[in-house]
Amino acid sequence: MTLILMLLPILLWLGVVYLGSLSAMLTQSFFSLDGFSGRVIREFTFRTYNQLLSDASNLDIILRTAGMAAAVTITCALIAFPLAYYMARYANYRMKGLLYLGVMLPLWSSYIVRVYSWRLILAQEGILTWFLNGLGLGGVLNWVLSIPGLGGSSLSFSYLGVFIVFVYIWLPYMILPINAALERVPKSVIEASADLGARPGYTFRKVILPLAFPGVVAGSIFTFSLTLGDYIIPSVFGNSSFYIGQAVYSHQGTAGNIPLAAALTVVPIIIMGVYLLIARRLGAFDAL
Amino acid sequence: MAEGKSIAVRFSNVSRHFGEVKAVDAVSLELFDGEFFSMLGPSGSGKTTCLRLIAGFEQPTGGVIELHGRNVVGIPPYERDVNTVFQDYALFPHMTVGDNVGYGLMIKRVPKKERQERVRDMLELVQLPGLGDRKPSQLSGGQRQRVALARALINHPGVLLLDEPLGALDLKLRQQMQIELKSLQQRLGITFVYVTHDQEEALTMSDRLAVFNQGKIEQLGTPAEVYERPQTEFVAGFVGISNIIRGAAAQKITGSGGAFSIRPEKIRICSPETPNTPELFSEEGVIRDVIYLGMHTRYLVELKDGGDLTVVEQNLQSTSMDVLAAKGRRVKLMWHKDFNRPIGGGA
Repeated sequence: MTLILMLLPILLWLGVVYLGSLSAMLTQSFFSLDGFSGRVIREFTFRTYNQLLSDASNLDIILRTAGMAAAVTITCALIAFPLAYYMARYANYRMKGLLYLGVMLPLWSSYIVRVYSWRLILAQEGILTWFLNGLGLGGVLNWVLSIPGLGGSSLSFSYLGVFIVFVYIWLPYMILPINAALERVPKSVIEASADLGARPGYTFRKVILPLAFPGVVAGSIFTFSLTLGDYIIPSVFGNSSFYIGQAVYSHQGTAGNIPLAAALTVVPIIIMGVYLLIARRLGAFDAL
Repeated sequence: MAEGKSIAVRFSNVSRHFGEVKAVDAVSLELFDGEFFSMLGPSGSGKTTCLRLIAGFEQPTGGVIELHGRNVVGIPPYERDVNTVFQDYALFPHMTVGDNVGYGLMIKRVPKKERQERVRDMLELVQLPGLGDRKPSQLSGGQRQRVALARALINHPGVLLLDEPLGALDLKLRQQMQIELKSLQQRLGITFVYVTHDQEEALTMSDRLAVFNQGKIEQLGTPAEVYERPQTEFVAGFVGISNIIRGAAAQKITGSGGAFSIRPEKIRICSPETPNTPELFSEEGVIRDVIYLGMHTRYLVELKDGGDLTVVEQNLQSTSMDVLAAKGRRVKLMWHKDFNRPIGGGA
């Protein structure tokens, strides 16, 4: 009884504020906008979804965002795993503390400040360009920026720039869960594998990786969903092509098309749902 | 029993130092093929480090380790013909019981059909038939213990290392597993190296045992030798309960001086008027404390000339009322001179 009383505020929060707003948003997505009057018609209809899916530019936005989220997630995982592995298995006490600090420190400062500081790094006259020119690699940068679908006028106005900043901003959310999963693997289990005749590579593939996989999935849920929903980074670094977050922002703001904004917001939720189902199929949660 | 047996494990002057800490310090020992060998000692005595040295999880900082005549210093665990049963079982949580047991065979690329058969046989051997599809998390502690055993035995190792494998089990199960382990070892004829801090376990199961203290072997021998003829004070105190008498009291009792140990169950409590006989040592005292333990009773007797002796007597005729009434009584303690164990040096 006391337990229920103690849980009540949390359950109310979860039930009313959290799930409530979510269902309000879902409901909105089944309304539609009267194109003439610009008013929302509060009647159940699939018209908004129809509008969303039949407009090629919307599909373009969804694909671009999902593609970026996937690229960011894979890159974060590739960078984070070796670091998390080193922290969990090799770093001594001091080194581990320093690395934790290094991973967490960026999270203590403002997101906006960090995003804009990357503008200085990536700008046409910025540090990175200056540095690469100094190494005589300016030509390489220009060549990379000329690749369609990747580059742009400068790093700070290109897919590549958006990608770099996304990877930087979300990396801690990948490192920490992977590290937590690796820390939980008992040393004796790794020794047992070697004891039974497995070479280090075999142990890594058959024991360490499967046991760390839930951590990778947890991290990828963060990086993937955070990238799907973000609208600041693409608007600071991107060119004119929109991402879902930007589209939602503009639909609910200037255009006043709340139903379409809501429908667009449902898209990442569905993508994440599908993603989690696949992850479960792959056995990501077996070791939990 | 040493003669004519081939040597499974040989330590020659093996040390494992961690900076200042001498976990294992210049240990030499030989283990024979097919014997059940226990390493007994308190925590931090170096017994587990010795086991890890044999397994290859640790490398010695000095000395030579040989497995069946082959120097294995610098050889990693996966190239050694030994397998380990870990204290925490160390089962792979993401694999089924069958895959855990078959892991060693999978590494050796044994064909799937043969692997399945051998896993099934192994699970039958450890009395877990039909549990191959379960996950380790679905098993009880005792069952996990058996899976760990099956997994370590499936490779037919030359030496099986067991690191306090029964430590986490309750008393009843532990005693049952002791018997099973011993009979399994005799049936398979594999050398078992068994690390434990439980002296009763070591005495029950071993062919021979080594008592470890502070990185060194205090005594090595059969359970009977170690129990009946402890060579150092530490061994006398660690293996079973022991009385240590030294100084003036020792001088008075034996006439010769040196410190000695005497097992509590070897001492008889007699009335003060009992005449002395030449083959018995005797000493008078007062019973200070009586602890009734059901099957037997433990008396603490304060000696006339200083020091005290613990005496254990079986409750053959006496009831708890009788024994408890003995408190404060003046008695004469007598024991056969053969049971006196002079102890040298030691800690």
